[in-house]
Amino acid sequence: MTAMREFELVGDLSRLPDSETGARHLVWWGNVGFMVIEGTAFALAAMAYLYIMTQAPAWPPKGDAMPGLLWSSIFTGGLLLSALPNLWVLHCAKTKNLAGVRWGALAMTVIALLLFVPRAFEFVHLGVPWHRDSYGSLIWMLLILHTTHVVTDWFDTAVLGVWLFTHEVGDDQFADVEDNANYWSFVILCWIPIYVLIYWLPRAA
Amino acid sequence: MIPDRAHLDRLDRSWRDPPGFWGFLTTVDHKRIAARYIVTALFLMFLAGMLALDMRWQLSVPENTRMGPQLYNESFSLHGSTMLFLVSVPLMEAMAFWLVPLMLGARNMAFPRLGAFSFWLYFGGVLCLWIAHAADITPDLGWFEYPPLSGPAYSPGHRADIWAQMITFTEVAALAASVNVAATILKMRPPGMTMARMPVFLWAMLIASIMTILSMPAVMLVTSMLIADRLVSTHFFSPAGGGDALLFQHLFWFFGHPEVYIIFVPATGFVSSIVETFSRRKLFGHSAIVLSMMSIGALAFGLWVHHMFAVGLPRLGNDFYTAASMAIALPAGLQIFCWIATVWSGRLRLATPMLWVLGFVATFVIGGLSGVMTASAALDLQLTDTYFVVAHLHYVLIGGAMFPLFGAFAYWYPKATGRLMSERWGSIAFIGIVGGFNLGFMPMHFLGLMGMPRRVYTYPPGMGWETLNQIATLGSAVAILGGLVFVANALWSYRHGQPAGSDPWGGSTLEWASPSPPPAFNIAYTPVVRSLTPMWDEGPGLPAMDGLGLDRREVLITSVTAAVPLYRQKSAGPSIWPLASSLAVSAMFIGSIFTPWAIAIGAAPIAATLTGWFWPDRPRAGSDAPRAGA
Repeated sequence: MTAMREFELVGDLSRLPDSETGARHLVWWGNVGFMVIEGTAFALAAMAYLYIMTQAPAWPPKGDAMPGLLWSSIFTGGLLLSALPNLWVLHCAKTKNLAGVRWGALAMTVIALLLFVPRAFEFVHLGVPWHRDSYGSLIWMLLILHTTHVVTDWFDTAVLGVWLFTHEVGDDQFADVEDNANYWSFVILCWIPIYVLIYWLPRAA
Repeated sequence: MIPDRAHLDRLDRSWRDPPGFWGFLTTVDHKRIAARYIVTALFLMFLAGMLALDMRWQLSVPENTRMGPQLYNESFSLHGSTMLFLVSVPLMEAMAFWLVPLMLGARNMAFPRLGAFSFWLYFGGVLCLWIAHAADITPDLGWFEYPPLSGPAYSPGHRADIWAQMITFTEVAALAASVNVAATILKMRPPGMTMARMPVFLWAMLIASIMTILSMPAVMLVTSMLIADRLVSTHFFSPAGGGDALLFQHLFWFFGHPEVYIIFVPATGFVSSIVETFSRRKLFGHSAIVLSMMSIGALAFGLWVHHMFAVGLPRLGNDFYTAASMAIALPAGLQIFCWIATVWSGRLRLATPMLWVLGFVATFVIGGLSGVMTASAALDLQLTDTYFVVAHLHYVLIGGAMFPLFGAFAYWYPKATGRLMSERWGSIAFIGIVGGFNLGFMPMHFLGLMGMPRRVYTYPPGMGWETLNQIATLGSAVAILGGLVFVANALWSYRHGQPAGSDPWGGSTLEWASPSPPPAFNIAYTPVVRSLTPMWDEGPGLPAMDGLGLDRREVLITSVTAAVPLYRQKSAGPSIWPLASSLAVSAMFIGSIFTPWAIAIGAAPIAATLTGWFWPDRPRAGSDAPRAGA
């Protein structure tokens, strides 16, 4: 019973490919895992907002200005439009279009950088400092949480762009581009409910 | 066939760590990382046990002067925070890190560097709490630090911040570990190990990992909100600013209750492995046990309010959570019946690991029953914050998770070290720990029913609590002596134990196909699985496949449900970047206790180290480079 177990070879794995795409790739699952973690954090932050809102006599509390719609709408429009080049990059990654992923990553880096401008003005026009009341604390938290994701993915895309231009690109790198594009889609999708919570719920309440 | 020497040497060259201290810092070997987790957590368990003994000494006579109220507050806070955040959950992750690849016949985890990062960040959390303790900044508000007490008005200084940030450390580590474990189980199963052929242990680790992913963001969010209230004057939990202190409790227990099961579910995986091997028959009701785990995993998210029955929530809400809390006893009970049926219908061999399972069943059933009692909102209102709850939670956590863990330690120790632990001393340690535990904690049920509150540093004479407290103290001392015997046995056996061979217990699952201790590459070939118990059902030759790289680190990726081979993934080698990244993250976490600017400034080194980590150094995939292993 304690002797080393013998093997009987019944197959050969050496003919398998070195990489895969989409959900067949290992890293795709790691990426999804982190999106679920962050998505859960977004959902819980949203629940905290709704919980406090339901306890409050007025929303926003008396004396607090409504959050500004101009810059947030520009940001939202820009972010939604960024889905188009992002999906194109995703398509390039799936079809292993080298020039497409290189220039696409560069374009997405510039687009995300441009989105920082309306996002910065969003903070200026939130209408209430974070330390005035719980309403202010919550909308600042939601906006900071989302901005962290925008900045993180912008940096990720920028680094990706640099090495796509400076390295030979193989199948695993195309898979990385795919994961990065999926992550940007996640950043877009998360924004929609948060946008509603920050900017429209106070107007509807 | 037996793999030839040249085959093994080439694998060893590809998978072994660099020698010496550099190898220590850069290793991504899941076994070494897991061993670090286990040694660190066991040492912390010893320290937490010493704190417990000290508190028992204080309570052994009325108006004792061994501790004042402040030292007592610090002691139970440090004890609870250490045991919940730095011992229980990390030990379960460590067991997953160590065992999952071996049980899959895989060469490493899915994300080897992420595994190293998890450990270093966890270790940062250990240092955060215990260096602060050495510097007399010990948290003193218990293991859940409710505002307003933990808010800026009532807890000046940094004790509460240390607690909150220690949690951030350990939870980021745990989340990274969970993604790693889940991805490994889903995508790296050997050919043929369909979901239906996954051992219960792997199901347990998968379910616990998914539970972690869905629950731990809650505690990270809530402790970050607490730090923000304390540091930058937000008003999440201050009623004066429109906040709500109960929001903290909701978010904390949305994590805190699943956490109990994140600790318990892996333990059921240990128990299932041990029961199967020592009953020498296939586990009775494999599907029923797995489905029970899934329903425990789901129900665990619907119980958190039973920690809040005393805060005055609506009656209907209390009724719902009472029902849900009682319902979870059903799948837990179903599992126990399946184990009993396995033992009953098998040929029982009563070695030390199996003794721990018997100790677990007896103790956990008591803890489960007191849980059904406290699930009743009306009764809970009387028992909350009394020693009854202290007894219940220790019966559940020590009996339900630590006893199986000790059994698992004894069961897999020969695999890890190549030597068996002494059965005689193992039995003595078992009697000491289980006997001492029950002697120590059973009287606390009665103390609680007699009205003794928890978290009081002393009590006046004449309450009628003296004798029971003295029995409890005696029991704790006996349990700790038993623990010391257990550790001494492990240390002694490491050099002097009987050589174990690869499969000393006649185990059913694939880790027993590896040599003991397993080499850096774990197993010579990729096993092919055709049943739930491949080590029992195959002939003398275990079916396997060749063809994974011998001269570069390669792992096999298979499909999620049917485990069909898909491709050969390059596996990351040793790297200093996980350590560097965790140092950068640690600096940011610690700095953000003192100033919010630390988050902005600290982001730069984090970005730099993560860039170093992910910068591709791999040869072009799909190139015409010579195919490894060909």
